[in-house]
Order: sequence, then structure tokens, then C-alpha cells
Amino acid sequence: MVPEKKYPEKKYHVGIDIGSTASKTVVMSGKKVLEHFVLPTGWNGRETARQIHQRLEEKGYAASMRCVATGYGRVCVDYADKIVTEITCHGKGGWALFEKDVTIIDVGGQDTKVIKVADGQVTDFLMNDKCAAGTGKFIEIMTDRLGASLEEMYQLAQEGEPLSISAMCTVFAESEVISHIGMGEKREDIAAGVIHSVASRVSSLASRFGISGDLALTGGLCDSPYFIQVLSERLERPVQTHPFARYAGALGAALTAERGSV
Amino acid sequence: MELRKNLPEIFEDFAEGRRNAFLNVKKIKDQDKPVIGIFCTYFPQELAVAMDAAVVSLCATSDETIPAAEADLPKNLCPLIKSSYGFGKTDKCPFFYFSDLVVGETTCDGKKKMYEYMADFKPVHIMELPNCPTEAGVKMYRDEIIRMKEKLEEVFHVTITEDDIRRGIRVKNAERTALKNLYAIMKADPAPISGTDLLNTLVATTFNFEREKIPAQMEELIAKIKAEGKPLEKRPRILITGCPMGGATMKVVEAVEENGAVAVGFENCTGAKSMEENVDETNPDVYEALARKYINIGCSCMTPNDNRIKLLNSMIDEYNVDGVIDMELQACHTYAVETLRIKRFVNDEKKIPYMNLETDYSQSDVGQLKTRIAAFIEML
Repeated sequence: MVPEKKYPEKKYHVGIDIGSTASKTVVMSGKKVLEHFVLPTGWNGRETARQIHQRLEEKGYAASMRCVATGYGRVCVDYADKIVTEITCHGKGGWALFEKDVTIIDVGGQDTKVIKVADGQVTDFLMNDKCAAGTGKFIEIMTDRLGASLEEMYQLAQEGEPLSISAMCTVFAESEVISHIGMGEKREDIAAGVIHSVASRVSSLASRFGISGDLALTGGLCDSPYFIQVLSERLERPVQTHPFARYAGALGAALTAERGSV
Repeated sequence: MELRKNLPEIFEDFAEGRRNAFLNVKKIKDQDKPVIGIFCTYFPQELAVAMDAAVVSLCATSDETIPAAEADLPKNLCPLIKSSYGFGKTDKCPFFYFSDLVVGETTCDGKKKMYEYMADFKPVHIMELPNCPTEAGVKMYRDEIIRMKEKLEEVFHVTITEDDIRRGIRVKNAERTALKNLYAIMKADPAPISGTDLLNTLVATTFNFEREKIPAQMEELIAKIKAEGKPLEKRPRILITGCPMGGATMKVVEAVEENGAVAVGFENCTGAKSMEENVDETNPDVYEALARKYINIGCSCMTPNDNRIKLLNSMIDEYNVDGVIDMELQACHTYAVETLRIKRFVNDEKKIPYMNLETDYSQSDVGQLKTRIAAFIEML
């Protein structure tokens, strides 16, 4: 018989979500979020993980913390006590934020997930195929092409009339955007077209999954009210979000650390 | 998390057998024994046993020859079809090379059209498989089995009597029973061996050209596992269903077991799908007996495919399954369309989680597969 493992009490519970684009960290003590911050993931997940650790040390959290890592670069966090997939963490984090059974749509930097949560547990999920269409990557590429920042992109889109971007493939869609630019179309209209294109892919993934009950958006696109509006229209039901939704994965990881299951 | 290697030496013999298969097939040719290359489990191997021919499976599981195949076949086609065609075309597969006759069946659209091109460089015989597992289908397949027998007689200058076929039925029934006894050890909870070892052993036996010896080998293996094996710790139990597995797609089984679960059953061509049911030895009409067994194989090329549901139903119960993973090969339309029915059945009737995965023979999606599979296991 293996004796049951005893976990030492730790003061802080840290969730680190190393996404393909942004790395989010949430520090909790008990039920309270003490600190949260985001860093660009850059080209080296290990380096990002090290930077995060440095920051945790500076703030005095590192000395007594239990840490759960999640996200695409979760294995880079070599000081993590446990590694959990982003699907489970977004489910747990989303449940804590929205405080009810909900279907969570997470538009990430390189993939999009639809996650059904009941009683705080993930009960089913669907992930897009390995393809940039319908992900944050698509918006990132098009934003670069339009010479805008993400904030500008969301603002522009809100003011435009969407142009059609029909290509399924990001590479071809980019040349469609280039031809729109070449035709002298307005930046606003192109930006709106980009947002509509992503919303259309995301809503078709969600429809394939089959949605019942409430819907919520997590991930970086939460910062675009226009995207939320377009997605709600396409899915014919309100899509909620939360100011902290970008941190849903990191929050879920911190909650996993808090529950002492690591 | 590394799965504890359990009884590795027991499985060595089987891995060895597979490695030596190339030499063995050559030896068989040197003895002037006929070699029949087959693709699907619908080919009644009893006919081959009846004429003392060796049977080799030509369904390829590596992406090595896909670029060569794509010179002739569309890119957006199932990797199994492209890979198998590519091995034949480039002459890289000794089994294909040594096959005197290749037998294809009208299973999926991709395969049956591919055989047309394969016939350009190899003698190919096509068995017309009915689309529906009905009485009319049984009648039709019975005629096809007779036509198959006549083709073998003509090509190899032999006579196959009904008594020969009866012997074939006894040999194949004993073999299926033995393999079934092996995979049934996974009903134990905790599982006595890993699913990786089980599937590798099942795949390796398809390269065993002495079918009569399989029952004794399996008995010995089961006895060894019982005597020397230590069961794995308790883990979530996964049933894998869907397209054929082995070779490149072992990545799915490995991801399941690296992430803390165990694959307790395989409802696919390399596993239970073709082995669960035996041929009725009491039926005086041997051809009808064969037709009835084979038409009941629950492949998604059949409509309706109730036999797959029936088998899944009993396997989920008997193997105490916690979750079902449905593995589809890219562009396999029949299995892809069927995922919805399987999901509904598993979620709504069996009340356990279900996930489907689409993959190919490359290693480019291993990261994504691991995330999905790990999340699925975390959910159980």
C-alpha cells in the first residue's frame, strides 16, 4: 500500500498559462486573486517561464507557492508542481468567473476550443483542427497586414462595413486582404471583414459542437466588444464575457493548485 | 508520465516475429507456397487456409510512400489508401512484392477506385461487397465468395473442396478464439498489460504465416501474463474505436497511456471488429456460413451499421470502459460521418464521455493530439 501523499501547506497558489502568443499568470491566496499579469510568450517558452518566476520571486510569492502550469507551453514551466491541459483550466476558470454551468468558447492564439462545463467540471469539448482560420493567429496576421495594433484593429472594425473574406485558408485570406488593399477599400471595412471571418469560423465550430444553455467567451478576443457582438449575432444568442476572461486559463490553473490536488 | 513497462520480454517474441516476417514470406515463396495479399478483413481467409496459401495484410501504416502515391491519387484521400498504394507502386513492400494475387473489396469509395490503378502493376481481384448487411446482402456475398474460390482455383491451379473450406473454418475459428482470449484479459481491472503491448501483439500476429500455431502461442502468452505479470495500477479505462490502427497511428494509443489512462479495448479492424464473431461450423452450406460471418463485420462502409453499435455496447460494459475515443483517418468519409451516431450512442445511451480525433500518418499533430487526449482523460 502506498501511503497517501501529504502536501505541505503553501501560502500562494499560482496558475501560469503559457499560450502561443501571450503568457498569463494569476496568483491567489485562499479564494482571493492577489495579482495577475500578462507577458508576451515570444520565441522561447522557457525564457518566458523564467521571467515569470523572476517576477514571482521579486514579489515574494515564489518562496511559498504551489504552481500549476497550463497552455501550449505548459511543459516549459519546469518549476510547476503539476501540468494540466488548457481545456480543463479554461473550464475551471470559466466556471469560477461565470458562476454557472456554461459553454465556454476560448479563441486562443493558435487554436479555438468549445468547452462545456457543468458543476465546475468539463463534460465535453471540441477543438478546431490544426489551422489558423478562426483563431487569434488569423487576426494577428491580418492586423500586421493592415499596419495596425490589436486595439486599433478592434476600433477600426467597429466603424466599418464588413467586406467579404471568403477563403478558408489563412494564407489565401491574406492575399484576399491584400487585394482589398490594392482596390483601395477602406481599412475599417477590411478590419470588419477580418472580424466577421473569424466569428464565422468560430460559430461554425460552436454549432458543430451543439450549444445548449449559456455561452461565454474567454481568451484574448474578449477585449473586442465588436467581436462579441458579431459572434452573438451569428450564434443567435448572447455571448457573455468577463473583464477577467482573458485570464480564465491561468485562473483555472491557480484554482487547481489551491484545491491541493497537486 | 511513463507507463510502467510490464513484462517486456514476453512481448519480445512477437516483435521478433514481425521483424522476421519479411524473411518468412521469402521462405514461403521459396517453398512455392502461394501468397495472397489482402486489404480488408472482409476477405474470408478460410479460403486461403483451405488451399494452404499464406495471407499477408497490405494495409500500410507509414507515411513514407504517400508522396509517391500522390503523383497518381488526390492529396485529400485517406492516408491508408495512399500509403498502401504507394508501397505497391514503389515496390518498397516485400509483402506486396511477393503477393501472387491481391484481393480488394468494394468497401470504401477511395479503396475501390484505387484498386483500378493498382491493377496496372499487379494482378488484382475485386470482391464485390454488398452495402447492406441484409439477407439479400448475404446471398450476394455468398456468390462473391464462390467466385473468389473459383478465381483462386484458376490462378493457382488447385481444387478447393468444401471439406478443405471446413478445415479452413476450424483453423480460423480457433485462431479468432485464441486472439479473443488474449484481448479479453483486459477485462480485468486494473488491466494486466498495456494497450500498446496488446495492439502490437495483435498486429504482429497478422504477420504470422502459420495460423495453426496461433492458438498455442496465445495460450502460452496468456499463461505467462497470468503467472509473471503484475497488473498496472488502476487507471481510467479507454476504448478505442474507428479506423484501422497500427504503425503511425500508435501515436494515439501512446498518448492515451502516457497521459495516465489505459487502452483496454480496440473496436477496429486490428482488434475486436473482425474477431468477435466466428463462422458457424454447423451450417451445411459453407459458403453461406462464411458470408454470414463476414457481412456482420461492423465497418462504417455498411449501412446501416448496427453491428458496430452492438459490439461497442457489449465492449463498453464488459471492459468497464470510462471513455471512448473514436479515431478517424483524414478523409475517411464513412467513419467521419458515423462519428455523430457513435457520439450519440456513447453519450446518451451509455452515459460516458466520447471524443473523436482525426489524424493521419504524419507526426505533425502529435502535440495537438496529446493536449486533446490529456484533456479528455482529465475530464474522466
